[in-house]
Amino acid sequence: MDTMGAVAPIEIAQAREAPLSASDREAVFETRGLTVSYGKAPAVSNVDLPIYRNLVTAIIGPSGCGKSTFLRSLNRMNDLIPSAKVDGEVLYHGQNIYGDGVDPVEVRRRIGMVFQKPNPFPKSIYDNVAWGLRVLGMKDDLDGRVERALTQAALWDEVKNRLKKGAFGLSGGQQQRLCLARAIAVEPDVVLLDEPASALDPIATTKIEDLMHELKNEYTLVIVTHNMQQAARVADMTAFFTLERTESGGHGVLVEYDETPKIFTQPDDKRTEGYVTGRFG
Amino acid sequence: MAVDAARFSLTPSPRTRRRKLINVLMQALATLAALAAVAVLALVIGSVAQRGASALSWDFFTKTAVTFGQSGGGVANALVGSLVIVALATAMAVPVGILIALYVSEFAPPRIADLSRLVLDVLNGLPSIIIGIFVFGLLVIGSGQAAWKGSFALAIIMLPLIARATQEVLALVPSSLREGALALGASRWRTVLGVVLPTSLGGILTGTVLAIARAAGETAPLLFTTSIAANAVTWDPRQPVLSIPYDIFILSESADPADHARAWALGFVLISFVLVTSLTARLLLVRYRKKLEG
Ligand SMILES: Nc1ncnc2c1ncn2[C@@H]1O[C@H](COP(=O)(O)OP(=O)(O)O)[C@@H](O)[C@H]1O
Ligand SMILES: [Mg+2]
Repeated sequence: MDTMGAVAPIEIAQAREAPLSASDREAVFETRGLTVSYGKAPAVSNVDLPIYRNLVTAIIGPSGCGKSTFLRSLNRMNDLIPSAKVDGEVLYHGQNIYGDGVDPVEVRRRIGMVFQKPNPFPKSIYDNVAWGLRVLGMKDDLDGRVERALTQAALWDEVKNRLKKGAFGLSGGQQQRLCLARAIAVEPDVVLLDEPASALDPIATTKIEDLMHELKNEYTLVIVTHNMQQAARVADMTAFFTLERTESGGHGVLVEYDETPKIFTQPDDKRTEGYVTGRFG
Repeated sequence: MAVDAARFSLTPSPRTRRRKLINVLMQALATLAALAAVAVLALVIGSVAQRGASALSWDFFTKTAVTFGQSGGGVANALVGSLVIVALATAMAVPVGILIALYVSEFAPPRIADLSRLVLDVLNGLPSIIIGIFVFGLLVIGSGQAAWKGSFALAIIMLPLIARATQEVLALVPSSLREGALALGASRWRTVLGVVLPTSLGGILTGTVLAIARAAGETAPLLFTTSIAANAVTWDPRQPVLSIPYDIFILSESADPADHARAWALGFVLISFVLVTSLTARLLLVRYRKKLEG
């Protein structure tokens, strides 16, 4: 997959408006010395990374370099893994989400997530979207909210006549858009996407990518992908992680973070260049 | 050339022939054992049905017992009694069993979860007469028998069955569903209630039905708690009531041969109930598995 980059030069989306100039950006997240370990072994180490509002930020890098681990540390999904331990800080609008008195449930209602494998609930299409709204008490105009979320996820036209049918009857791509609709229905501030298109066919993938362009007007998006073309197409900012080998195995580190065109055309670091041109070992 | 022909021969050598023979023999033995189990079941059902068939009648299901030597009469009070006892036992055991399972598989730290599983297995292995005498000491001494006290004893028997079955289906719920719910900002409890539990409903129902089948045939706990009953149909759980298994025992002790036939007939009713419920449970489980696997 990654070697494709060597064959076809990576296209950077031309139509994209220039990301806000560095001084105008507002950081939603800022990680400071973030290290996440499973047991004693760090999976990703010492990451300092700001993530900016209303931009799409892509996290790229080889398998096992800790992309998912990093992403899951941004909404405390790692809390669910008993062996996972977080050191350092994740500042969200200035407050450390791992600080005292922070409720992970509150964190997650502001920072939603779409997973690698579509995971709709075994409920109707309607209830998949409405469940979160009911749980969070957003019950006024439930039908309208469900419709808006499904429309934003470009799924409304395909499902409007079968809202009461089970979600498992949808195709993989539709299920993933349903999961996206479910996530945005509750009006989060940030949506984290962990390889949201890796289980989908190219057409479904294109749909998801198009959506990201739309959604960033309202949300801040962070997408993990190991598909560099995808990062180049959708992301304003790109962070490249790699696996740093040590005697006791290895852990992920952040190598370079910059505007997407720069990462793909004039990276500062040799390792980034090696990866984006497909010469990565 | 001859050497090579032997090396690559595809027809069986004496050694492989012997192995094949052992294989065939063992397969036959295993098949025979399985057939024996089916035969025993068929024999039990067949003989019970044959001996009880003559006593099955409308009266049998709708009347209560008659005095010695009179014809007619039935076991309506035992049927209603069992219905009351088992229904009440189910109502007690299901919520508690599900809560225990939820605690063990969703909330308890791993070591406590292991311990709870062990406790449930031990409880499941307790002889039912021990449970009977325990409830007798706890509830019956001093205040007398009542149907609900029998239900309480049966609920103790059903509890580990329901809790373990529920635990097993909770473990089948993919963790990606829990993650999906939690990522929306739902609490653990809302996640369990809104996503995990509904997903497991089919499996929980199966476990409950199996527990009911088991409880319906238990005799010992009822001996201590609800056996001295009036010869009348009563739906009142505060009264002691007769039950199917205990009535089978009474009828078979009777001097009247017609009562013996009634005992067989009642046995047939009980077996049929257990068979139907167990088969229903199986079907439910198959359907539920299919649904979960998508
Ligand atoms: N739940 C877990 N328990 C233990 N180790 C884990 C767990 N999840 C991931 N890891 C390890 O952490 C490292 C990074 O994994 P991950 O974040 O999934 O990488 P990526 O998403 O970049 O492929 C890998 O070595 C992986 O084996
Ligand atoms: Mg990953």
